[in-house]
Formats: sequence, structure tokens, C-alpha cells
Amino acid sequence: MARTRAKPAIARAQAPPYVPLRGHPLNEEEFRGQVGSTAWAPRLEYAWDAGVAISRFLDGLRQGKIYGVRCRRCGRTVTPPRAFCELDFKPMDEWVELLDTGTINTFSICYVTWDMKPLRVPQIPAVIEIDGTSPRVGFLHLVGGVRGRTVTEIRRQVRAGLPVRAVWKPPAKREGAITDILYFEPVRKRTKK
Amino acid sequence: MSDRVAVVGVGAVPPRPLSVDRSYRELGFESATRAYGDAGVTHQDIESFISVCEDFHEGTSITDEYTPDQLGAVLRPVHTIAGDGLQGVAAAVMLIRTGIADLVAVEAHCKTSNILTHEQVLAMALDPTYERALRVTPHFVAGMEMRRYLHETGSPEDAVAMVVVKNRRHALGNPVAAYGGILSPDDVLASATVCEPLRELEISPNSDGAVVLVLASEEAARRTPKPVWIRGVGWASGSPWLAGRSWGQASYAGVAAEMAYRMAGITQPDREIRFAEIDDTYAYKELQHLEAAQLAPRADVTRMVMEGDTRRDGRLPVNPSGGSLGMGYCFDATALYRTAEAVRQIRGEAGRAQVAQATTGLVVSWRGIPTQSGGALVLSAD
Ligand SMILES: [Zn+2]
Repeated sequence: MARTRAKPAIARAQAPPYVPLRGHPLNEEEFRGQVGSTAWAPRLEYAWDAGVAISRFLDGLRQGKIYGVRCRRCGRTVTPPRAFCELDFKPMDEWVELLDTGTINTFSICYVTWDMKPLRVPQIPAVIEIDGTSPRVGFLHLVGGVRGRTVTEIRRQVRAGLPVRAVWKPPAKREGAITDILYFEPVRKRTKK
Repeated sequence: MSDRVAVVGVGAVPPRPLSVDRSYRELGFESATRAYGDAGVTHQDIESFISVCEDFHEGTSITDEYTPDQLGAVLRPVHTIAGDGLQGVAAAVMLIRTGIADLVAVEAHCKTSNILTHEQVLAMALDPTYERALRVTPHFVAGMEMRRYLHETGSPEDAVAMVVVKNRRHALGNPVAAYGGILSPDDVLASATVCEPLRELEISPNSDGAVVLVLASEEAARRTPKPVWIRGVGWASGSPWLAGRSWGQASYAGVAAEMAYRMAGITQPDREIRFAEIDDTYAYKELQHLEAAQLAPRADVTRMVMEGDTRRDGRLPVNPSGGSLGMGYCFDATALYRTAEAVRQIRGEAGRAQVAQATTGLVVSWRGIPTQSGGALVLSAD
């Protein structure tokens, strides 16, 4: 097969066509029809102590604020906050309030649920680097407010390096959890400060 | 090159039934900071890190992946021992003796208070086909061990109760122990029956905690202020089968202790070992472990405990720290707490808990029900 001539590096690769996944969710019978198996459903419950740093972070989310901490030694500003700098191994306790805007580091367009059932409207998990923090600092969240559901449609609007802004739950519905932010939506024009 | 290994740093937070104010990361950071400071080293001096932890105890799969931050181990060699704490210590000894590292940190922590359904975690440890389906509380394994031990040895239940009385009293001399108390054997025997003959006060109370130890090669240890030498280490597992195990004795501990004694060149443990920090997750376990470690012949164990030989001022002090009965039971971190307390004794830093002439000490660990796995460690001042 002849080699095609390489396109100039700056040309945007064509997004692959959207192909709906085949199949259906597995049912109980399909899971449990195995011969010679012993079933056991664990009922495990935990309640994790969030600790000093994350407790304050979660409390901030309830108020619609993203808190971070700055390391007095290496100068990094990080969120989610932590009680100590994992690089310098020193306490980290200079608190800062951050903006609720950031940049997409990486993302994926997922056509299956977390338990591998097909999705027609995809989820877009992304790592968001929050503005005002040091490089490679931020958290996993979802990208939303994007029109369409095909790869082509979404990739026209979402890319690594894209500025995004948090869309919050209404104050009365917030509970001090990362889900108090519904998703991050693309910011087309940044408002001047 | 010398192949001697020393414990050069210990750091721990006091075990407590609750620790709502801080996350496991924050507890671990405090312990690591204390341990590195104790050894006079920084996190950058440590060349390899070992985490002793189990997913079900954390509620997180591959839970050890969350260890590096609080040890100062980001982008450094880290590995996990999902087993007994002394197996983690043994892994550190191997790293040092093979020349891979001169300074190794061993970490274990537990947030027992965060596990709302601990009985479910224990049930998950039983064989799913033969044992779990019977739906009996897993403490029954301890009840059956204790029953068989009393049957074979003819020991009175008072001897088991006396272990509780002694360790709770020892805990009064240990400022970080949470369960110090003055009890009588009758108080213990009057407590609620959990799995007869096992009573409530004979079970160590679950506690949260975090421990970090720093181990060093001889060359590196000579540069630290307070090395305590590891003369021998051993570990062993018995049978997973409930029907096929030795219920009356802690055979795993016997094998582990023999392995450690062989390495240490100890031929008369009852004379050469001056004190012991021994697993007492259940009070009868201390008796089983004393026998298994050859610190007393089976026929003498009861008499020794009843006559006070194992008290802090006795001939062979056992758990002068208070043990798990007096300090709390910290799951995967228990063996490292026992080791840290033994190191403090040998350094002469145990304060009111100090035993006289604590030159050579033994640590015996157990991985907990339903296992028959444990370890032994011989520590010495020189
Ligand atoms: Zn820093």
C-alpha cells in the first residue's frame, strides 16, 4: 500500500466519525447464570474523615468559592488544598480564595457510563487547572454546556487548553461536596478584571 | 560491608478511638515528620518507602497509591505490603541488606473509626463457600481459639482476665495510651460475653492511628543519634482452613520467632529476651504468643501471669506500653506501634513505662482474625 503524503503538522486531524456502540446493559440473569459460583454481596460502609484541609475546601464549595493553599517555601498554590506540601514536606497553611475559572488540561468524550452501559449523550470528564494555581494543579470534573453529542460536534467546542468556568448548583442545594459545581462550561471571551 | 540494620527513627500519633479532626493523610504526615526528625534525616534522605495497608480497611482500592504525599515520597521508590506490619519491617530489612537502600521508611495507619461496617470487612475474610454462608460473627474464631487454649492448657479464665488487668494498668504509665485503668479480674470476667469464653473487656478496642519507622544500614545508622539494632526478624503463616489449624497454639508465631532467633543467634530466649511487646488483640493471644516465642513453657505461662512476672517490674515485662488492650488496636498499624514502643524501651525513653535493663526486646505480631499469620522481631541496644 502506498504511503500517503504527510499533511502539514498544523492541519487539524479529522475527527473520527461517530459510531454508536452496539450492545445492551447486561441483565441479572447474564451476570448470575454461571454454574458453580458462590454469590456474596458486600455491604461495606465507610465515612471518611476529610481532615483539616479538605473540610475547609468543601465548606468553601458550599459558599460557591474555590479555596487553595500556598506553600511559603516553594511558592506553589494548589487546590484542592492540603495540610502539607508533598514536595517540600512542610505544613501548608496560607489560604487563598481562587477564581472559579480554569483551563482544560485533558479530557475524554465518554460514550459509556461508569459501569460500562452505552450513553447517547456523552459525559466529558476533564482535568481543570484552576486559574491562580501553579501548573498541573486542579481537579477532575465534568465539562458541560456543550451543544451536540457527536465527537465532531464536541471537538469543535472542547479542546485541551480551553478556558472554562464553573457552573454552580443554586446555593440552597449545595451540600459541601465537589458536586456543588455542576460542571465547567467553555468561556468564549474572558471577562476583563 | 556490614549487614546490620537498625531502627533509627520512630514517629507516631497517639492511638484514639476517633480522629475526626484529621484525615489519614494528615495523621501520616505528622508521624512521618516525627520519625524523620527523630532520626535526624529529611524526607529526601530516605531512599525507599514501604506502606503497610489493606484496601478493605481504607475503603479505597489500591489504597497504597495514596501514600506517597504524606511520606514525602512523590516520584520515589514506594511499594506496599498488604499484610502484617512486621512483614513490612522485614521488607525494609531486605532492601537494606541487599544494598538497594541505606535508609527506608515503613508506614502504617488506620482509620478504624471510618469503617462503619467492620463486621462486613471481617466476613469478607472468611472463605466464601464454606464459612461465610453460616453467618456467624467472625469474633467466633477468637472464641474458639480461646476455648481450645484453655482446654489444652488447663489455664483458668482468671489468667486471661489478668492479662487485661495488667495491660490496662501498664497503660496508666504510658502518656499516649488511651485505655489506662485499674480493673480487677472480676471486673473483666463480669463484662459482657461476646463469643464465650471471650468477653468484651478481653478484646482490644479499635483505634485510629499512624506510625512511621525509619530503618538504616549500619553505615547510615552510625550517623543517627539513637539507633536500635534489629538482630532478627521472622514471619510465617499457618493454615487458612478453620478445620485444619492448630487452635490451641499460635504456631505461626512459633515459626516466626524461631526464624528471628536463628538470625539473632539467640539460643535461650527466656534468658536473653529482657522484655516483650506482644500482640494482645485478644487477651488470650498474649498467653499463646508467650508460649510460641519460647518465653515460657506452656505449663508455666499461667503461673507467670498470675504471679506478676509479666508486670513492668516483673522478671519478664510483657507489654509495658499497655499493649493493644491498653493503647487500642490499630489494625495494620498494630505491629508498628508495638515496635515503636519496644524501641523507646531500649533507648530508655519510656518514662514511667520504662522497664529496668531493657537491653534486648522481642516484638510478636499477629495479622488478626481470621488469619494465622504473624511476625517476630528481636531488637537490641547493640
Ligand atoms: Zn512547597
